[in-house]
Amino acid sequence: MPEEIKAGCARPTGGPVGESPAAAPPAQEGERKEAKVMIKVGGKAPDFTAPAYMKGKFVQTKLSDNLGKWVVLCFYPGDFTFV
Amino acid sequence: MSVDSVFVHKMWNDHELSKMVKGGVPFAMLSDGGGRVGSVYGVYDPDAGVEMRGRFLIDPDGVIQGYEVLTPPVGRNVSETLRQIQAFQLVRNSKGTEATPSGWKPGKMTLKPGPDLVGKVWEVWKTTMAFD
Repeated sequence: MPEEIKAGCARPTGGPVGESPAAAPPAQEGERKEAKVMIKVGGKAPDFTAPAYMKGKFVQTKLSDNLGKWVVLCFYPGDFTFV
Repeated sequence: MSVDSVFVHKMWNDHELSKMVKGGVPFAMLSDGGGRVGSVYGVYDPDAGVEMRGRFLIDPDGVIQGYEVLTPPVGRNVSETLRQIQAFQLVRNSKGTEATPSGWKPGKMTLKPGPDLVGKVWEVWKTTMAFD
């Protein structure tokens, strides 16, 4: 079960699991920083953590907590954006 | 998942979505401020600062079985998403011995790939079956 988080003034964040921004070496000169993981069907879904609102609570979620179940992961442009 | 904060998610759920769906959204509304997760999934547009309509089907082993990405003005078709999940579940339960041809829906015939089916699909599957 996702862990509940307290609603404070700091905005909770998440991100890809296993990636530490501080430890990442600086990109080579002239080389644009790109996402390390390429998405492809038949490949592993990159794991991540993310804060969420779920049924009245603020929780911290992790994709890999759902192993054993089918997951539909949906991205959308923004709340209140009509479609 | 969107770049909105969990606080905005709560307002949207409580003040609008709960009026469309009784009891509100029954699953987690994820927040991805900064689009870091969306970038990894290839759906974050840094120029617009938002995420495209990406939909990923992830199986119980954490493997992506399918995805679809649309630009913002066009909404998705939930029935098609459910159909794909049902098809992937059937294939998974058959341990790969069955495949679902174009237009498959639950109840329609599946294909059992093997040497006997090579060149014989036309005998068992008709183009009309590709449509509803």
